[in-house]
Amino acid sequence: MSTKNNPETWHQIRLGFTANLVVAASVAAYGSVLGLLAAQKGLSWLQLLIMNLSVFAGSSQFVMVDMWLPPLPILEITLAVLIINMRYLLIGASLRPLFHGRSFIHKALHIHLVADENWAITMGRLHREPTTTAFLLGGGLCIQTAWCTGTLLGHRLGAVINQPEQFGLDFAFVAVFTALVFSFWRGRQDLFPWLITGLVAIISAQLLPGKWYILCGGITGALVSAFSPVNQEDKGYDA
Amino acid sequence: MMPDLIQQQDVWLTIFAAAMVTYGLRLGGLLLAERLPRTGRFQRFMNALPGTILLSLIIPSALAAGFWGWVATLFTAACSLKTGNVFVSMLLGMAIVAGGRLLG
Repeated sequence: MSTKNNPETWHQIRLGFTANLVVAASVAAYGSVLGLLAAQKGLSWLQLLIMNLSVFAGSSQFVMVDMWLPPLPILEITLAVLIINMRYLLIGASLRPLFHGRSFIHKALHIHLVADENWAITMGRLHREPTTTAFLLGGGLCIQTAWCTGTLLGHRLGAVINQPEQFGLDFAFVAVFTALVFSFWRGRQDLFPWLITGLVAIISAQLLPGKWYILCGGITGALVSAFSPVNQEDKGYDA
Repeated sequence: MMPDLIQQQDVWLTIFAAAMVTYGLRLGGLLLAERLPRTGRFQRFMNALPGTILLSLIIPSALAAGFWGWVATLFTAACSLKTGNVFVSMLLGMAIVAGGRLLG
């Protein structure tokens, strides 16, 4: 609480915001497609805005809008959202070192604005430069702003870009994650766990629906790492 | 009565339920992780987790993007290793995929 007016906090928020600007452009483009679909399904712009602000998870919102038919299958939609967003359990868990020593209120307020994009950018920076939860929040604000702007534009004016795939925008997410993944490489100890992660992710993406592959690959790989013999010191993120 | 009309209260209930579930997963993950021991295998599991999640996010999507997706992933990776610049690497990857699709 005492850090609220700290200039360093504002500095970190600004840094986090700008670090997410490029990927936010593709977030907005995808948002405009969702906005168009939502308008076709009869969602009002206000309902869509509230959904953006409160759910704030892109792929699950696409599925929600897809299932948006009368009478609303509330239970089915909620279950689908639970399954698609299950990865946030892991993403939340992996943020432990960033939130170390923070109050419950601080955690409860900051954790909401965690999307794949600002999570990855924050974690990639965490062990290279001083990074706080304000950096994560700044990124979250950037992604949230882009998401709301994109969806509302799409809702009011039709999709700004009808086929984002033509411009490689769907690949933006893969590209940004690929560019970041090397900052998570800790040395040879990671080779075998990462091979297993890739293998399990590919196989489970073939066999299981939705986003289960993220959980399967992530958990299996981390388990392999946990149960590998330790040769050198395990450089971690918990400083 | 009007089966083809979406009830307003259903709309808000659905959005509320989806929001609670998603927020519960985010906060639940963080709070659960803090109950795990900070030593031994649990710590090593937690330390490995960010990298393995990110890798699982990338690989199936890169595969699904076809030949140009693989080429772009390789160039993005190489550019990121050489320059350390995430943005330039990302733009390069997107340009390759867009270019590949333009060629058909």
